[in-house]
Amino acid sequence: MQSLIAIFFRFLRAVFTLMFCVTLVFVVLRTAGDPAEQLLPPETPPDVIQSYREAWGLDRPIFLQYALWLENVSRGDFGTSFASRRPVLDLVTETMPRTLLLGASALFVATLLGLTLGIAAALRRGTFTDQALMAGAVLGYSMPVFFLGILLILLFDLQLRILPSSSAKTLTHLILPTVTLALPLAGRVARFARTAMLEVMGRPFIRTAKAKGVGRLMVILRHALPNVAVPLLMFFGIEIGLVLSGAVVTETIFAWPGLGRLLVDSVAQRDLPVVQGVILMITAIIVLSNLLVDLLHAVIDPKVSMARTLGGGA
Amino acid sequence: MSATDFRPKPQLVTGAVDAIPLMIKLCLIWLGAMMVIALLADVISPQHYTTQDLTARFRPPLGWGGDWDHPLGTDNLGRDMLSRLIYALRTSILIAIVGTLIGAVCGTLIGFAAGRLRGFFDLVAMMLTGVQTALPSLFIAITFLAFVGNNLIMFIILVSLEGWERYARLARGLVLSEQNSDYIRAVEGLGATSGRVVFRHLLPNIIAALVVQATLNFPGTILLETSLSFLGLGIQPPNASLGLMLGEGRRYLLNAWWIAVLPGLVISVTTLAMSLFGDWLRDRLDPTVGRQ
Repeated sequence: MQSLIAIFFRFLRAVFTLMFCVTLVFVVLRTAGDPAEQLLPPETPPDVIQSYREAWGLDRPIFLQYALWLENVSRGDFGTSFASRRPVLDLVTETMPRTLLLGASALFVATLLGLTLGIAAALRRGTFTDQALMAGAVLGYSMPVFFLGILLILLFDLQLRILPSSSAKTLTHLILPTVTLALPLAGRVARFARTAMLEVMGRPFIRTAKAKGVGRLMVILRHALPNVAVPLLMFFGIEIGLVLSGAVVTETIFAWPGLGRLLVDSVAQRDLPVVQGVILMITAIIVLSNLLVDLLHAVIDPKVSMARTLGGGA
Repeated sequence: MSATDFRPKPQLVTGAVDAIPLMIKLCLIWLGAMMVIALLADVISPQHYTTQDLTARFRPPLGWGGDWDHPLGTDNLGRDMLSRLIYALRTSILIAIVGTLIGAVCGTLIGFAAGRLRGFFDLVAMMLTGVQTALPSLFIAITFLAFVGNNLIMFIILVSLEGWERYARLARGLVLSEQNSDYIRAVEGLGATSGRVVFRHLLPNIIAALVVQATLNFPGTILLETSLSFLGLGIQPPNASLGLMLGEGRRYLLNAWWIAVLPGLVISVTTLAMSLFGDWLRDRLDPTVGRQ
């Protein structure tokens, strides 16, 4: 019962954070300037601008606009794009799966690569391998995503001509963007996994397992890894925002038609309803993943009580 | 002898210069060199960064068929790459330093104020840190720059958003944990003002952690600035920023790779050096700071 209440309050806080973000963005965007004037050509007659303003509801007081917008959103109506005249919901639902696909495959590659290298470094602590791996990891996340992407395009598309670097027609188009997004993340995962692994390997139960003759591989897989999984999960909760930020840049470089590219394009066209829709979606993804991470943490780690676990974060 | 003499002084360098590993020395030399180049941009730059020479477009760097007129080649408008890199470095480093400082100072002040005042202010401050967690700075910055307008001041303020909430949490956490400790009660009992308590007695506790946080945050600030400029939302042409140069060079990858690759290398090595230095500093100064 107590944990149910904790889950309820955690959920409430997630909804509240989401609402707060969305409201803030709405107010800032609507007070920032007149999209009708910015979007229409400069020689447009004033009465035409005025009619557009009325058509888009921009002439009403801001709190009324906000209430209307909220009501529409609750009915699944995110407005219509100023530029393409298509419903924002269609644009967002079209592009979001591609971003999720890119993000998920990058997350997968980064976890596999980062975890392996991080554990390898921890097991060879203090050796040259350890230092080289960690230097590589720092290099991985120090390098800007856009530079990494451009290097990969230069090498694999323009020089070797083995991988495509533009658009999203086939699955091979996914390879370069995934690697671009995954490498910096893999660097951070590796460092994190190394620290977590060193911490776990120093605990008494590992010594006990070794002493009773459990094989090296089994010690790592059965005893150490499950204990690394929990902090790693929390780590992913923090990283999800960075992955999405990276996706904006990655999608722009590789012409990957996802949410990030939609955002950059809409921002260039000052397409207010689309920008609002995309920001809402991105905030929702981040808030929901944080919620999910917290709940999972409480479920898989019996040591922490629900109430305490759900105390922090967004 | 006054009472303050007993306070442990925050020690920034705890050993002789010899104790610094070679790698960290190299990092510091690189960072120092970048600072000097940025400061002396007007003096050492061979040409002005906007000087065009359309008869000398796409000249390759030395070693790839270039000559000493343009040691790092020229770009699509025949502008000298070396000169542009020097000025771009100045812009990017300046924005990153000012942005990091603003973020650190404002974040810390907000955190202290939230911890001391509690109540409504604390609630709002914590809600804002929640927003920062749920909506990464890149998204906030993209939206602001496009709709509120782009000028240098606005841009620097947005770049300074990167990581402010970490300083705020650090400062607020310290106030809450030390609020009831004996020394704070004692100085408050002696009639110290809130400002005195915060700046003379609380701040020294976390100054080391704040310096470490700022060092670790600096690469993120550079990356935010260069990403925004790369997307065309930051520094505007004809000015030069490392990210903008990379974004412009993207179109000429096939024929003139150096336009994009050289600024990319400068960004990467600088952030790498700063990250390595920050890690080392954290291990040296502040073993208690979280290892997240």
